[in-house]
Amino acid sequence: MSENKIWYKKGLRDGIPIALGYFAVAFTLGIVAKKAGLSAFEAGLASALTNASAGGYAGFTLIAAGASYLEVAVTELIVNARYLLMSCALSQKLDPNTSLLHRILVAFDVTDEIFGISVSVTGTLNPFYNYGAMTTAIPGWALGTVFGVITGNILPASLVSALSVGLYGMFLAIIIPPAKKNKVIAGLILISMALSLAFAKLPYLSDISSGIRVIILTVAISLAAAVLFPVKEDGYES
Amino acid sequence: MSHNIYIYIFVMTAVTFLIRVLPLTLIRKKITNVTLRSFLYYVPYVTLAIMTFPAILEATGSMWSGLSALIVGVLLAYFGVSLFGVAVCSCVVVFIIELIIL
Repeated sequence: MSENKIWYKKGLRDGIPIALGYFAVAFTLGIVAKKAGLSAFEAGLASALTNASAGGYAGFTLIAAGASYLEVAVTELIVNARYLLMSCALSQKLDPNTSLLHRILVAFDVTDEIFGISVSVTGTLNPFYNYGAMTTAIPGWALGTVFGVITGNILPASLVSALSVGLYGMFLAIIIPPAKKNKVIAGLILISMALSLAFAKLPYLSDISSGIRVIILTVAISLAAAVLFPVKEDGYES
Repeated sequence: MSHNIYIYIFVMTAVTFLIRVLPLTLIRKKITNVTLRSFLYYVPYVTLAIMTFPAILEATGSMWSGLSALIVGVLLAYFGVSLFGVAVCSCVVVFIIELIIL
């Protein structure tokens, strides 16, 4: 029991910088949610339950567009597909005898950042480490979203405009550092952005909704890359 | 056609949770299919790049402030600035640029 307590406290501590970062980023997500017509409670609930940046952004954007539930489901699946691989990796990191309940609770908050600190733990992963990190990170994410919705109302347009790019800044912070070390990823990012621009601007192609565009391009480009540039063992560690 | 916001949130939650919980509870062995592993490895970079561009140019009051945020964000991320730092600096750049040109 005392060992679980030590891991929980360690998780709490490591979760603090994550929570602070989440708060600022979730604030801009709250602005997106507000634009989509969600109340502070609805947006906070969605954030507390999903704990996903790109997933939350894509979901709110689709809600704003009045998309179908199926379109939301498929987009969430595609946008959050990386969590599938992260969960696979974490399943190897846990003790094989870890109970089903612990596995479910750890799974609830597999995010880029919590995955990052979890795999960096030496030896097997104690679920209480994740519970500690979740205790600080989840409120940071949910409250940031709530404050984004509330203050998005009263902030001047120039400030809202500025804060709206926060999420894109975060996406860049996730994709650029690995591109520095990996030429294939660097090339893929350039190709992805170029095709995304083409789909957004060219006649006929621009008729495709942004949600479907993300799905089609992600599957096509990632699959082509997987066939042309297969990744060797443990390539997902960045 | 009108949609219920709570069904939207439920769909987002259910799909996101299933993605996270299925591997952790069902798969205890490593994925050995190289193509599948590689596909999943590339997905985040491709999908985030698509979602960032050209959307970042349309998110702000002016295309030029969005473009500036993109350039500054890429440079800062390249030189190892944290997620938090890149997000905040992108916002500051847009604020300053729009203060000047708008």
